[in-house]
Amino acid sequence: MKFVDEFRDPKMAKAVLEQIHAVIKEIPKAQQQPLQIMEVCGGHTHSIFRYGLEQLLPKEIELVHGPGCPVCVLPMGRVDDCVAIAEQPDVIFTTFGDAMRVPGSKKSLQQAKADGCDVRMVYSPMDALALAIANPDKRVVFFGLGFETTMPSTALTVKQAKVQGIDNFFLFCNHITIIPTIKAILDSPDMYIDGFLGPGHVSMVIGQKPYEFVSRHYDRPLVVSGFEPLDVLQSIHMLLLQIRDGEARIENQYKRIVPDGGNTQALQAVAEVFELREFFEWRGLGSIDHSGVQIREGYAAFDAEKQFTLPNLKIADPKSCQCGEVLKGVIKPWQCKVFGKQCTPETPLGALMVSTEGACSAYHSYGRIDAVNM
Amino acid sequence: MTNRPRRTLKADTITMAHGSGCKAMRDLIEDLFVGAFDNPDLNPLEDQARFDLAALSAQGGQLAFTTDSYVVDPLFFPGGNIGTLAVNGTVNDLAVSGAIPKYLSCGMIIEEGMAVSELRQIVQSMRQTADAAGVTIVTGDTKVVPKGKGDKLFINTSGIGVIKAGVNISAQRCRPGDKVIVNGFIGDHGAAILNARGDLALDVELKTDCQPLHSLVQAMLEVCPDIHAIRDASRGGVATVVNEFAESSALSIRLLEEALPVRDEVRGVCEILGLDALYFANEGKLVAVVPGEQAEAVLAAMQAHPAGRGSAIIGEVLAGPAGRVLVQTGFGGERILDMLVGEQLPRIC
Repeated sequence: MKFVDEFRDPKMAKAVLEQIHAVIKEIPKAQQQPLQIMEVCGGHTHSIFRYGLEQLLPKEIELVHGPGCPVCVLPMGRVDDCVAIAEQPDVIFTTFGDAMRVPGSKKSLQQAKADGCDVRMVYSPMDALALAIANPDKRVVFFGLGFETTMPSTALTVKQAKVQGIDNFFLFCNHITIIPTIKAILDSPDMYIDGFLGPGHVSMVIGQKPYEFVSRHYDRPLVVSGFEPLDVLQSIHMLLLQIRDGEARIENQYKRIVPDGGNTQALQAVAEVFELREFFEWRGLGSIDHSGVQIREGYAAFDAEKQFTLPNLKIADPKSCQCGEVLKGVIKPWQCKVFGKQCTPETPLGALMVSTEGACSAYHSYGRIDAVNM
Repeated sequence: MTNRPRRTLKADTITMAHGSGCKAMRDLIEDLFVGAFDNPDLNPLEDQARFDLAALSAQGGQLAFTTDSYVVDPLFFPGGNIGTLAVNGTVNDLAVSGAIPKYLSCGMIIEEGMAVSELRQIVQSMRQTADAAGVTIVTGDTKVVPKGKGDKLFINTSGIGVIKAGVNISAQRCRPGDKVIVNGFIGDHGAAILNARGDLALDVELKTDCQPLHSLVQAMLEVCPDIHAIRDASRGGVATVVNEFAESSALSIRLLEEALPVRDEVRGVCEILGLDALYFANEGKLVAVVPGEQAEAVLAAMQAHPAGRGSAIIGEVLAGPAGRVLVQTGFGGERILDMLVGEQLPRIC
């Protein structure tokens, strides 16, 4: 398949892997204790497991699977709010597919659907708007979630709704932003990360500039990386070269998609519809300042948080859950007390077991046999 | 009823009357079902079909009996409809035991308001599919449920087939060193249904792979009577079948990702939605586990059969880790291929 297979070429991968194995030998620090490289985005985690990349890397590299899976980090209280909206009369609740299974404190959207709520899977917020137009006697609510990758399409849909005067379309906004969370991880006292693979599709929207603090204030390199296996390997190689040379710069491996300045039009649409929240709750990480967005006053008519009565309760993660430590690279997924025991993909306790992009779920279903059998 | 002309169905849509036991129901059964299925075992319209035991036992040593229910949205899709599925699906459940399928039943649950023309089209394609598979539909049942209590049409078919003496196909018989073979492109049906729902508006040509497999299985048994295991990779796809093999035999199966036959169109759908063709349903694909030394001969026989042109060896059986399926990626890396936890859901980004 064109534009895909080129980035999965085993021969090329072998060549890059050889370079990685060569560079790591030139990094004395790595010989004492493994380098910790965090892939921020769930898409990277997925690719790493899907192609079995981790086991091909030198043992001096440990991959830390970061917080960039928007489905995983959704707190239970917000899922409860979704269910509460879906349970109201004349509501069609629309959502991306993989959010259907995220557990709330009582039920997931999938269970709510089974209990009689009209919950529908859509592929885009525009599908939800089309549903609203086709069902004028219903209130159609779109469950907006994701990072800057999905934010522009939600923003443009809300703008469209306003232009067309659609009064039965609402957005339940759970969009989050990655930068404050990277900062929170860097500020955490038990952090050991040596370098970051930056999120490719988020960067396609925001560009490279927002990451500059990572190198400037924290002296860590970051390489914006694509999602194909060769992208990930090349980005790791670029990080290693920086670490070897004692540098900490922001680099862009994903040039074919990510313009340095991001996508101005997308950013404009986002800025017009959304503003930063004071704080947002992340499953596994807790409350992080300015890490979520909400709908601006000018679009309040479309804001499900204003137009519906919500329980809006904070539901704490189970005490036994160690997602936060896994996210920061303090422990590996299988070192968590409940991994594979109380916490499995069928019955996820913690955030990282929820979606296939979550590190624990990936280990559980795709993982290395030696790790899983430990 | 052989002495009088069959009743005709004049209605355009199915109403509750067509399930009520009155004349309207007789019209439906005689015109639509008997009219299409039309065979001496069914036509007397007794409450059961009756078989001559001696004639059956002359054809083999064991009787195979299976049942399956069919629900699909949409009812019609490129390459088939719910009726073709209902016949080939049950034929294939029999076929993969090594049985030669003989007789099917047909139970229909129809939602009030269904267009008679659609139902007629489905019933007629059931007849055509049954003819192609060499089975007859010998007994049936019809129920009508009120509007909103069903999804247009559900079909249940049960099937009886005869297994020749000496054939013993079972998931428990997998052995280390066995090869795993599939009879062509995987995931076509799942991708075709997804696309036929129209939500995606993808401009690709995807067709169900719905086909009967018994003649292919017989051709395989011809060259290797000792085939260890065969299952049809319908719901849950190839991934689920190989996991069942690994679990039942307490052995491990290693698949080679590069050897998996997947059409570019299906790969495209998977790429866009973040899905895996290994979990997509198939309606004309089987996965066979055959002794290693006979794998090439079986493969050649399969490739020579119309239902197995695209056959490929996709993996092998290993001693351990017990119950696990591994996929070796093109890079030499390895991952676990587990059963799906719930239904496969498209990823957000």
